[in-house]
Order: sequence, then C-alpha cells, then structure tokens
Amino acid sequence: MASADPVDATNPDAVKRTDLAQVPPARRPARREKSVVERAVSEALASGLLTFFVLLPLVGFHATESGTGSLVLDYRFGLVAVFALMVTAGRLVLNLTVWRGDGPRRSAARVPPKSVAEAEAVASPWPRLGAVASALVKPVFFGLAIAYPLIAVTLVGGLGPSRYWIDIGIYILTYVMLGWGLNIVVGLAGLLDLGYVAFYAVGAYTFALLSTSVPINDFLAGHLGEGFWTAWSFWVCLPVSGILAAFWGVILGFPVLRLRGDYLAIVTLAFGEIIRLVLINWVSLTNGGAGIASIPAISFFGIPFSSGEGGFAHMFGLPFDSMHRMIFLYFVILGLAALTALVTVRLRKMPVGRAWEALREDEIACRSLGINTTLTKLTAFAIGAMFGGFAGAFFAVRIRFVSPESFTFMESAVILAIVVLGGMGSQMGVAAAAILLIGGMEMLRNLSFLKNEWLFGPNFDPTLYRMLIFGFAMVAVMVWRPRGLVANRMPTIFLKQRKSVSGSLVKEGHG
Amino acid sequence: MCAAPSAPPARSWDADPILVVDHLSMRFGGLIAVNDVSFRAGRGDVTAVIGPNGAGKTTVFNCITGFYKPTAGRLALNHGGPATAVELDAVTAAGESWTRTGKGAVYLLERLPDHRVASWAKVARTFQNIRLFSGMTVLENLLVAQHMSLSETGLLSPAALLGLPSWQRKQKGAVDRAVYWLEKTHLIQRADDPAGDLSYGDQRRLEIARAMCTGPVLLCLDEPAAGLNPRESAALNELLLSIRAEHATSVLLIEHDMSVVMEISDHVVVLEYGGKIADGTPDEVRHDPRVIASYLGVEDEEEAVAEAAATKALSAEANP
Repeated sequence: MASADPVDATNPDAVKRTDLAQVPPARRPARREKSVVERAVSEALASGLLTFFVLLPLVGFHATESGTGSLVLDYRFGLVAVFALMVTAGRLVLNLTVWRGDGPRRSAARVPPKSVAEAEAVASPWPRLGAVASALVKPVFFGLAIAYPLIAVTLVGGLGPSRYWIDIGIYILTYVMLGWGLNIVVGLAGLLDLGYVAFYAVGAYTFALLSTSVPINDFLAGHLGEGFWTAWSFWVCLPVSGILAAFWGVILGFPVLRLRGDYLAIVTLAFGEIIRLVLINWVSLTNGGAGIASIPAISFFGIPFSSGEGGFAHMFGLPFDSMHRMIFLYFVILGLAALTALVTVRLRKMPVGRAWEALREDEIACRSLGINTTLTKLTAFAIGAMFGGFAGAFFAVRIRFVSPESFTFMESAVILAIVVLGGMGSQMGVAAAAILLIGGMEMLRNLSFLKNEWLFGPNFDPTLYRMLIFGFAMVAVMVWRPRGLVANRMPTIFLKQRKSVSGSLVKEGHG
Repeated sequence: MCAAPSAPPARSWDADPILVVDHLSMRFGGLIAVNDVSFRAGRGDVTAVIGPNGAGKTTVFNCITGFYKPTAGRLALNHGGPATAVELDAVTAAGESWTRTGKGAVYLLERLPDHRVASWAKVARTFQNIRLFSGMTVLENLLVAQHMSLSETGLLSPAALLGLPSWQRKQKGAVDRAVYWLEKTHLIQRADDPAGDLSYGDQRRLEIARAMCTGPVLLCLDEPAAGLNPRESAALNELLLSIRAEHATSVLLIEHDMSVVMEISDHVVVLEYGGKIADGTPDEVRHDPRVIASYLGVEDEEEAVAEAAATKALSAEANP
C-alpha cells in the first residue's frame, strides 16, 4: 500500500489507517465534544421543565380528607420541583454517558473501536481524558481510603461522633475485600460460585473457636505468659483462618470440577448452606444458633486497646478513646483488602492467573495447551476462599461475636452482586460496586429528609423503600451497563501499547 | 493394507515414525466412528488425513490428542527416535503410559489425559472451529500456550509472585518466543489486540502460532485452510512448509482443500466410513481408484460424488 503517497495523506482515513503515531490527537476538532455537552445540558433542562409542567397538576395538588370529612387541598410544589430536578439530572447523566452522540440509541458507541485511530476519531479528547483519569483513579482511590478516617473525624468533629462513619468504612472495605476474593473465582476463572459465604464463615469460626479455646489459652499461658493468647490470637489465627478456608475451597472444588454453569452454581449454593447448617447443628462445637460470644478484641500487635496501664492509649501517650480500636480495625481491613488486590494483580500476570482467564475463555483450548484444568480450578477456589477466610477472621474480631445468622445465602448473593455489578474481573469496578451497593444501601437508611413537610410528609417511611430503590438501581445499572461498571478488561502484558479489551469479547465463563 | 501395489521399498514413515496408530477403533454406543485404523506418520513429515465428511478424521484426531479415549487400539508417539517393537510391547504390557526408550521416549497417547498429551507427549492441536481466548490479547494467547514452561517451578512460585529477576528473565524468554511466532505468522502488528478482533484468516494463523508456542513434536491441524481465501491458503502452505523445514515438528493435518494437501504433504492417509482406504504419497493417492471413487471424484461428477459420500456417511464427527 502506498501509504506515503501525498494524495493518500490528505485523506484522513488513509492517515488513520497507515500511521497512527503521527496523527496528534489534538488535531482532531474539539467542537464535537463541546456540542455534546451543550446539547446534553439543553436537553436536560428541557426535560426538567417539561416534567415540572406535566407534574404540576398531577402531583402539585393533593387532596386529603380532613378530620371533618371535607376535602382539603394540599400544595406540593416542592415535590414537583424535586422530581423535575431528578429528571434533569438523570437526563444530563444519561446524555453524557449512555446517550452521547447523535441519538438516544447509540449502542455502537459503547463497543470500543478497534484501533487507536478509530478511538480518537469517535470521540476526540475523551480517550485522552479517560487515560489520564484511569491512571489517576487507583492512587486517588487508595489515598482517599487511607485518609478516610481523618476526613471522617475532621468533618464530623471528634473521634466519638465519627464512629458511625468509621463503621461504614470498615463495613464497605470488608465487602470490597470479599468482592475481590470472589472476583478471582467468578471474574477471573469464570466459575460461578454462589456459596462464597461458606469460606467467610469458615474463616470467622476458625478464629472464633481458636481464640476462645480454653486449652490453647491455658497451654500458651503456661509457656508464653498470661494474656498472650488474648492479645495475639487474631494475628496468629488470621493465617490459620485463611489456610483452613483455602482447604475448604479445595474440598468444595473437588466434587464440582466436572460441573459447569448452572449445575456448578447450584452445588456451590448447596455447599454454602451445608456449612451454615453444620454450624447451626453441631452445637457441641459451635454452640449452634446461639453463636460464639466474647471473642477477644483486636490488639495493636500485642498491645490491647484498653484504658489502663499498658494499653494502646497509655503506651502512645494519648487520651483513651474506644475509637482507637475502630480506627485500627479500619486500617487492618484496608491492609487486608490491599493485600488481596495486590496479590490478585500479581497472580493475573503469572501463568496461573493467565490460565484462569484462559479457562474462562475456553476450557478445551486450555487442555489442548497442556494446562491442567483441575489444578487450575482448584487453585482459583483455594485462593479465592483464602481471602474469604481472612475477611471472615476480620469479621469475627470486629463484631466479637459469630453466629450462623451472619452467613446466610443473602451474603453470598450480595458479594456476587458486587462482582457482577462491578464488571467481572475488574478490581476497580468491584471496589466501586462495593461502595455503591453497601454504602448506598447504608445511605438509603438516611432518607429522613424525605419526611419533610413539602415532600412526602411525616407519614412517609423511607426505610420501607430501601430495598425497592436498591433493586431498581441494580436493574438500571445492569440495563445500561450489562457488563458491569467497568466492562473492559486490561491485558496483563503488552508489547507496544496497552489497549483495553472490549467487554463484548471477554467471555463470562461457564464452569 | 496399502492400496498401492507397487509401493516403493523404503517409506520414510515406516522407517522412522513419530506416531504409530495401531488398530484404532472408536465407538459411540452402537456407532462405529473409527474402525480398526492403522497408519504411521513420519518424523519431520507433513501427513494429511483426508476423506469425506463423517469419515472419522476428527475422531482420530480427538483420540490422538487425548480428548477421546479410544475403544481399542494403540497410539504410540516416539520422542527422539522410533521405539522398537519389543520396547513398545513391553510398555503396553506393563500398563504404563510412557517409558524411556533407547533413542528417547515413547508415549502411549490413549493412556494419557488430554492435558498430559500436550504437556508430556508434546502434541499440540488446533480446532476445526477456532478456539482462541478471544477476550485476551494475541500476545496473551501465546503466553498462555507457554504455561507449562513458565510454571515449571510451580503454579504459585514465589519468584513469580514477587516478580524476581529470575522470573522476569523467564517471562522475557516467553515473550521473545511469542514475538518470533508472531513475526512468522505476520501478526506482530496485532500483538496487543484482542484475539477476538482478528479476521478469520488471522485467527487461523494465530491458533497455529499458539500451538507452536507449546514447543510440540507433533502438530495436529484440524482443517487449517477451512474458510480461507486462495491467498490466505497459499500463505498457510508457506507457513506449514517453513515449520517443517525449520523446526523439529512433524505435522498431521486434516484438510479438504486438495491444493493444500497435494502441495505440502509428504504422506496422505484416506479414511472412509471410519476405515482406511488408502495410504501413500500424494501422487499414489491421487491415482488410487478407490480414493477417486469415494472422495476425489472424477472430473465432472466431482461434486456429486462428494455430496453423495457426505450424505451417506454416518455423522461420526463430533466436536470435543
């Protein structure tokens, strides 16, 4: 092809095809993007206005029966305004994301173009912006996670009142970690696991049983001093919990190796239920439904968070505050989650991680390349379960009480929802989904402002609608982003240029 | 049972076979897909298996690559040099799946699980309906193929987990090998693109590159030219010939495209209704009356005969 031909070079298509590197993205006109935003704003305003006028007679006037039997007219213009604003904001968001471009149906725009040149042709400055943003997302995200307790304490004003926010942070991070753990099994290896909570339970009960075990306590008290086990049990039991959970992951893995798809899902679901039922019914070991209480609290690597002599506050010369322990718990789960992420990132770049993804893509091709699919699947189950076990041990040390109630199928479903919503295989997506799902569900508890006089009135109970709103949100996300929040897959290695792989090419795996 | 009566005295595949197929039979319930087929594939040769649709070619392939366990028969793969009859009988009688021989090693493929056929016996294959890891990039596809050599030190080797220099070197070697095959298959420009984005012809070549990245001694290609245009077909011939010339890899292929078969193969085996009807050089086979009658056809009737054979044949070919 005579690519250097000047006649060809004037043709933008030819340039695009033949020499990507020499076309600076800045040369592409920026007008298009501007018009997109402009149109988005004007359309959003128009829809908002339309909503306002349409709803004004429908919602704005409300007739209620007064005590005497006559009808009284209420005015609810505030509510109409809220609806109009919601429509405006929704339209704006949609116009800028899903409906960007010529018309509302632009599914083609979501299929990432095949080459860089095409990508730049489709939406000029956006990929650049996206590249910069995506490079910044992880450090910013991690930085925010580290600074979160400080921010919470500063904004709320004081350690004590920040308890609620720190608690939410811990809660979300636990699910981020569980999501990342399950992501290995479901997102990378493509094995649909509906019983992940079983490993969470194994981890929690391992720690609970070992740390409250009187023989171990007595034995260690005799050798390493009184109080050793109380102080150190979490740090000793954490790896044990992980290893035991991994062991159970292998136990689950063996019988289900031959199963695929729906059958695999059902058996894993059954496995989760079996573990829970065993925990309920093996009363002599697990204390049954009553659960295990008085689990030792976490220590700062041996230093207890107690008010007296030798406690954390005393050692560091701080005034005692029970929040120290909470903040430490926050950093422990942050560390555990970071470890999960880090290990997963490394594993993806190793033969085993590539084999997982290859397994998700095509199991038969894997076998034809000499990959032992049995071993590969078991590793995925074991490593995923191990992180579930870590999270379980953390759960037990945070709540200091475990019972089978905490390990129902609902938990598995939520964790799986996080993985699917986040985009299978994507770490950032899973983290975002955990924040959205867990944080969002938590925030939906705080809807008391809807009880305002000019909105729904004091008789409205927003908590009743929590799950409804949540369900709608899930459906909406799955309709607009069927492959999850982060649909693209980042390759684990590249020769010249890292290009993300469109979600439409990535398979979900079926067993 | 060679069809050509005036067979030349010394046949390369009889003297030094890489693969010896002895009395291979495969039944699916009452259906006999392959019935007592014996042939040899010579070391360094391109051996073609041809025949009408439903003749059992893919079944033979699936048996060789371990995806099916044959009902009866022996599939002996020789590493290094041919195993003697004594050695072969000894390992068969001992119930082992492989043994070292005087010249190398011999593997009884019917006794190995499919992934061991690839990792131990070093038999690589491609598929009739392309099976790439479409959501992974071209380069990643070729690195997955080198899974066995990369994970020698264990699936979870700490060196790899920590990214130590020894691991980096190893991975560099794997990337170099991938790049070699990408250049060979003219896919180097597409290295960072998802495999699912490649054109059909490119995907076919990538599948061959992926199979070659496993470092096979025997490469089994299931209809590599299916769906290719004449130019791509010619490029494929060139690639296969260069594999034969430059690498210690023997090729076994199933193909319907006679231009490919006649041009590049040293040895042709013809199957019909699960049985072997001819076995010889391309020239011998081309002039074999039975092959002409059942498969190649005569001049005008070529299509009609092939059609008739296809409809008559019991559909024994199943994709794994």
